[in-house]
Amino acid sequence: MKGMMHLKPLIDDDSRTFWEGAKNHKLMIQWCNDCKKYIFYPRIICPHCFSEHVSWVEASGQGRIYSYTVVHRAMPPFNEQTPFVVAIVELNEGVRMISRIIGDREKISIDKPVSVVYEKIDDELTLPYFQLS
Amino acid sequence: MTRKVALVAGGTTSKWGVYPGTLRDIISEAAKACFDSNPRIKADQIQGFIFCSVFPERSAYQSHTAPWAAECAGVKPNRIFCRVENMCGSGTVGIRTAYTAIASGLADLVMVLGAEKMFVPNPQEIMLNMLTGVDREWEGSTGLTAPVQFALAAQAHMRKYGTTEEQLALVSTKNHLNASRNPYSQFPKPCTVADVLASKPVTSPLKIFDCSSITDGGAAVILAAEELAKELTDNPVYILGTCQAASGFNYANIPDDWADWDVLNQAAQTAYKMAGIKPKDVDVAEVHDCFSISEIIEYEALGFCLKGEGGNFVASGCSDYGGQVVVNPRGGLIGCGHPLGATGVAQAVEVFRQLRNEAGERQVANAKIGLNHNLSGIAEHHVVIYGSKEVL
Repeated sequence: MKGMMHLKPLIDDDSRTFWEGAKNHKLMIQWCNDCKKYIFYPRIICPHCFSEHVSWVEASGQGRIYSYTVVHRAMPPFNEQTPFVVAIVELNEGVRMISRIIGDREKISIDKPVSVVYEKIDDELTLPYFQLS
Repeated sequence: MTRKVALVAGGTTSKWGVYPGTLRDIISEAAKACFDSNPRIKADQIQGFIFCSVFPERSAYQSHTAPWAAECAGVKPNRIFCRVENMCGSGTVGIRTAYTAIASGLADLVMVLGAEKMFVPNPQEIMLNMLTGVDREWEGSTGLTAPVQFALAAQAHMRKYGTTEEQLALVSTKNHLNASRNPYSQFPKPCTVADVLASKPVTSPLKIFDCSSITDGGAAVILAAEELAKELTDNPVYILGTCQAASGFNYANIPDDWADWDVLNQAAQTAYKMAGIKPKDVDVAEVHDCFSISEIIEYEALGFCLKGEGGNFVASGCSDYGGQVVVNPRGGLIGCGHPLGATGVAQAVEVFRQLRNEAGERQVANAKIGLNHNLSGIAEHHVVIYGSKEVL
C-alpha cells in the first residue's frame, strides 16, 4: 500500500503484543485484573480504575457496526485506496475500535454483526479489519 | 473577586482562501484590521497576547511562536503571552485564556490573534498536518480523517432520528447564502439544495458542499477589563458566560452517543447558567459547522431544539433570519472556510459586530445576546456567551 509508510503505527512496548497478535491472526485486547473491565487501545495503567494489573487476552473477534461511512474522496495517501469503508466496531467484549469493513458495501448497515479479518500491509504490519459475519 | 471582561476591537484578514503571502503576513494583516476597528486603542497599550495557531511548526517551520507572532502583530506584551493549540477550537480557547487573565486581574488589555496557513505545496503534507490532530497512531492511520469522523456522526444521527440528506443540504445552502454577504468569505456563491445533493461525494452521507475547506486566514480581537473597556469604546461586548468540556480523545473510547454530543450540552448548560440566560434568549449564534451535520447536532446540544429535532429546525427556517435564532450569519465554516486557529476568533469578531449593530447587510435585527460555539472534534467543545451593554 503505497504512501501508508507515513502513517504506520509506531510499534512500541505498549502496543507490540497487539501488533504481533495481528500478524498471527489474533485480536489481542487488554483486561484489568482489578476492576474486571476490557481495555482498548493498549496502555500500562487501567483507564477505568488506575490499576497497574493489566493483562492481555485474545478477543472473540466478533462485534457489531456502531457507525460506518463509505469514503469516496480523500487526500494522499488514502486517495489511492478509495472507495473504502471506515467504521466504529463495537466488539462483543464492549470496547470499540476504529477499523475498516471489507466486502460488499451495499450490504453494510449500522448494527450488523461483523468478524475480524487480517489485512497484511507488509512483513512488519498486519491490520485487523472486519467483514460482515 | 473576578472582573467583567469585554471585547473592544475585532477584525479579520480581508479575503480568506489561498493567501498569497506567509503566515507572518497573515498575522500582521489580522492585527492591523483589529486595530483599525478601534482607533482609540494604541498598540503600546496591549499588555497580553495570545496566539492561536495549530501547526506553524509544519506550515511555517516555526516554533516558539507567541513572541514571534506578537512581533508580527506589532505588540510588546508585558503581562501575559502564550500560544494556544487545541486543534480547530484553538481560537475560542485563546479567548477563554485572555478572559481568565483579565478576570483575575493579571492584565487589563489582551489581544487574541488566530492565524493559519493551511495551503502548503504538497497536499500530502496538509493531510498529515490534519491527521496529527486525531489519535494518529490508533485512528488516523486507519483513515479517520475529519470528514470521516463527522460522517460517522451523521450516519448515527440519521439512523437514530431519521435526519435526511436534504436537511443536511439546507445547512449548506443557508450558510453559503450568508457567506455571499460577507466580504472575506472563501465561498461567497449561493447554491441550491439540488447543487449540494449533486456535488461530489466525499464520505457518505457527506458531499463536498456539506464540508468546510482548507483555508488560509487570520482574525484578531482585543479584550479589556470593564472599566478600561468603557474608556476604549462606547459599545463594549461583554462576556456573560463561558465553559469548555471534553469527554475524551481517542474516538473509539469516548462514552458519548455519536448522535447526541451530550458533552457539548454539558458545556452549554454551564455557560448558560453563568450568563443567567436560557437558550431561547440567544439572538445570534456562531457555531462550528465544519460539516453540515455538525450544525444540526449543535442546535440540539445547545438547547435551541430537542434531541432529534435539528433537521426540522433548519428545514423550518428556525436558524435563519426571522427565525428563533440566526445561526452563522457570516456564512459559518462552510461558507467562510476554516483556518483552524483563526476560526474561533473570527466567530467572536462576528458576534462583536452583530451585537454592536455593525454587521451591514447581514445584521441580525436587535441582536443583544450572541453565542459562540467552537469545537475540536465531536468530543471537545468550547462555548462563550456575549451580551451587548444593554443586557449587562
